[in-house]
Amino acid sequence: MGKRSKVIEKDEVVVRFSGDSGDGMQLTGTLFSYTSAIFGNDISTFPDYPSEIRAPQGTIGGVSGFQVHFGHSEVYTPGDYADVLVAMNPAALKANAKWMKPGGTIIIDSDSFDEKNLRKAGYKTNDPITEDKLGDFNIIKAPITTMTKESLKDMGLDNKSILRSKNMFALGLVYWLFNRPLEHTKEYIRKKFKKKPVVVEANIKVLEAGYNYGSIIQAVTPSYQISPADIEKGYYRNINGNTAVAWGFLAAAEKSDLPLFLGSYPITPATEIMQELSARRDLGVKVFQAEDEIAGITSAIGASFAGNLAVTTTSGPGLALKGEAIGLAVIAELPLVVVDVQRGGPSTGLPTKTEQSDLMQALYGRNGESPAVVMAASTPTNCFDYAFYAAKIAVEHMTPVILLTDGFLGNGTQPWKIPDLSDFPKINVPVVDENMREEWKPYIRDPEKLSRYWAYPGMKGFAHRIGGLEKDYITGAVSHDPINHQRMVDVRQAKVDKVVDYIPELEIIGEEDADLLIIGWGGTFGHLYTAYEELTNEGHKVALAHFNYIQPLPKNTSDILSKFDKKVVCELNMGQFANYLRMNFEGITLKQYNKVQGLPFTVKELKEHFIKLLEE
Amino acid sequence: MSGVCNLKFTEFKSDQEVRWCPGCGDHAILNSVQKAMSELHYCKDDVAIISGIGCSSRFPYYMDTYGFHTLHGRGAAIASGVKIANPDLHVWEITGDGDALAIGGNHFIHLIRRNIDINVILFNNKIYGLTKGQYSPTSNRGFVSKTSPYGTIESPFRPGELCIGARGQFFARTVDKELKLSIEVFKEAAKHKGTSIVEVLQNCVIYNDKIHAEITDKQYKDDRTITLRHGEPMIFGKERNKGLILDGLELKVVTIGEDGITEDDILVHDAKCEDITLHLKLADMEYPKYPVALGVIRDVEASVYDECMEKQIKEVSEKSPIKSFKDLLYSGDVWEVK
Ligand SMILES: Cc1ncc(C[n+]2csc(CCOP(=O)(O)OP(=O)(O)O)c2C)c(N)n1
Ligand code: SF4
Ligand SMILES: [Mg+2]
Repeated sequence: MGKRSKVIEKDEVVVRFSGDSGDGMQLTGTLFSYTSAIFGNDISTFPDYPSEIRAPQGTIGGVSGFQVHFGHSEVYTPGDYADVLVAMNPAALKANAKWMKPGGTIIIDSDSFDEKNLRKAGYKTNDPITEDKLGDFNIIKAPITTMTKESLKDMGLDNKSILRSKNMFALGLVYWLFNRPLEHTKEYIRKKFKKKPVVVEANIKVLEAGYNYGSIIQAVTPSYQISPADIEKGYYRNINGNTAVAWGFLAAAEKSDLPLFLGSYPITPATEIMQELSARRDLGVKVFQAEDEIAGITSAIGASFAGNLAVTTTSGPGLALKGEAIGLAVIAELPLVVVDVQRGGPSTGLPTKTEQSDLMQALYGRNGESPAVVMAASTPTNCFDYAFYAAKIAVEHMTPVILLTDGFLGNGTQPWKIPDLSDFPKINVPVVDENMREEWKPYIRDPEKLSRYWAYPGMKGFAHRIGGLEKDYITGAVSHDPINHQRMVDVRQAKVDKVVDYIPELEIIGEEDADLLIIGWGGTFGHLYTAYEELTNEGHKVALAHFNYIQPLPKNTSDILSKFDKKVVCELNMGQFANYLRMNFEGITLKQYNKVQGLPFTVKELKEHFIKLLEE
Repeated sequence: MSGVCNLKFTEFKSDQEVRWCPGCGDHAILNSVQKAMSELHYCKDDVAIISGIGCSSRFPYYMDTYGFHTLHGRGAAIASGVKIANPDLHVWEITGDGDALAIGGNHFIHLIRRNIDINVILFNNKIYGLTKGQYSPTSNRGFVSKTSPYGTIESPFRPGELCIGARGQFFARTVDKELKLSIEVFKEAAKHKGTSIVEVLQNCVIYNDKIHAEITDKQYKDDRTITLRHGEPMIFGKERNKGLILDGLELKVVTIGEDGITEDDILVHDAKCEDITLHLKLADMEYPKYPVALGVIRDVEASVYDECMEKQIKEVSEKSPIKSFKDLLYSGDVWEVK
């Protein structure tokens, strides 16, 4: 390896790979983040792809991106702005240049910047650099297509196969920029195309060609140096929020000794959870691909009635369809976990984009007084923990639990220290036992939790009937008695309220005498935390309270909120959590910071807003 | 595994007072189901009866078995979950013509298509009983009801045709008050592996009285219905002298002894025939052109969803290198930070 002309030392870097949705940018980004993680950096990634599988080639609508943030210390978000952008065509440059840090590096495939593609991308001239005022960037115009063809010319491949490995050239070049080994990627290629040695050879050749191209042009290009992060020892893997949710349920099945049943219907961005569990027939998981969301949840309720750990997964439109059935689980007092991977709404809305606008739907989107536990994961990796605890609460308290994640968490990845299941608590299943048979009635309750006991078909001596009609307080027989109805409504609410004794208290991150309390919930944690951390390092007095448990709210919520005069609730909706807090704590004064663009917050905009609030 | 018991049919009765209107056909169906379960040597605790919403769907409350009265139209999906979760159970679904064919139409056809081993008893009174008398998806064109004061302008579903169209492998029809036939048919449905649909022509005395009377009344029954049994000739009529033959592509009613027709010319019922052509024709027969077919019309073996699920789990788990959750955690791309 030659001597590098200029090396930029950095704590953290954001790289964005972008191209046409057929250019393989998701894979390129994934491979790059994997290598960085093994190198020992902390990483956070986020894919950004169009909802059409193949939007018109070369257009802005068809641009697919993958952003990787990696650093020498911990990183909590995929980053607002990129240091390095790979743009495989003019549309990718047009769509992403505004997300660049000043002075960053842009790698373009100069071969694809012809008149036709420039027009398709909406450039009026043939000089996009001047047109979009990109002169301050360090631009590497690499003839990626030509070089790819050149390096494969003797292999006898058809043109299409050759072009398909263009992304490896770009990846090789980026590896050179960051001085990263190629070995992990080569290994991946060998494994993935085990049955096609020609493809393996071609991809590796192009990858190396890209890397070598970097060392040839180094005279004009700076490269970056990011040292490994200080990471806890142990075994790691990359995981995204959707897979983490799926695995959290597998862990819960093991800890409760219950068979796992998923009834679901595909919907972006939640489908991956279902796909992940469908592959787990080897662990005995029963996944039922239902005919619609209603059958997804009702089949799960049936499985719960029959004694399984039952789960249904969906996104906002699907949650709307499941409302009536959640009410059935509420009145039948059966355990059930409903996962909503939120996306932009209303209606079909923005299927591939993130939002937090289903909170009120999760809390109240049902007929009647229909309380359910509502909780939210806040990082891709803790989707595992919250799925586990959602299942634990559902089973132990005999109640439906709605777990909110979002597109950002579901698709975002982080390195995950592989947990030791013995660190997780056992899930105690409140199943009836033989000794209870004499005095047991379907609706007698555990005196502490107020949950009823689970007796399922096949158990000798516990045959009974339940249903969606109001039930007698003890026997569960149909009852239209007015006083009984009041009692049942009260006890169903009290049962959910009791969960508060089994969840952790809210923690304040930062000092209790801070001038501003930042309040958030769910998937915005990474951005809020980073803003909090940077402001604190810059000498501002701010604190952060981030919620994972929403119904019930942690016991000390009121105490914490009352400690701060100035409070701002930040969420990716029009203020649903802020209003929920106002409903719960009369007279509370809250400021709001809201965004509904289908995008996560940026740390930059959060900081700017908080500083303004601090100065007010 | 489900057990074998010797219970009297009265032991399947729950302590709940039966609340259907006096004279409602549902009472008789309840009796027939209890008798069938007794004769099938079912044990109460192995039985799960799932229903939707409607008069008919109150059924589970009257059975001393496990029961779940669920949501309007969703019984089929809930029953699917129950059976897949525990294939050892005897899962029966009770549904009405509105419950199964209007709001629950999607679940009904998909249950049938998947062929999950569930016995569905479809109470067809051609009316919405519980909501007090609106027309249903099985009401005849022109039917006058509270929501069709000028007569309906839509064609009804024929449950048998819908079932077979959804690739149903078992379809039978009986009449509420014909206890003997109902018990026989319910037992056949129970023995059939896969989804069994039994349509029961049920009378709603309050909102649709005598809707099936021109077929099922004592004085007409013999001439206007035909009870099909596998392997027996398709003969009917008070005099047992009428029968069905194929005339080109059409079924035709003939009289034995007239026009040179002998018993040998009469079709013999083959419920096990995979081809649906004749079954569909039999299921679709309507009075007055034809007698209405009762008994088991189609009873064909095919792959059963819940069995395939168990089988696949067994096969995949034997082959897969992932034997535990821990194996999964450490599979694929894992690295160590030292
Ligand atoms: C979601 C929903 N929509 C409508 C109803 C009202 N509803 C209850 S039963 C019923 C129709 C029942 O007809 P059918 O299924 O034929 O049963 P029957 O009462 O005739 O036995 C309707 C419309 C309901 N309970 N739930
Ligand atoms: S309304 Fe009709 S179907 Fe309902 S119970 Fe009365 S008679 Fe039976
Ligand atoms: Mg009806």
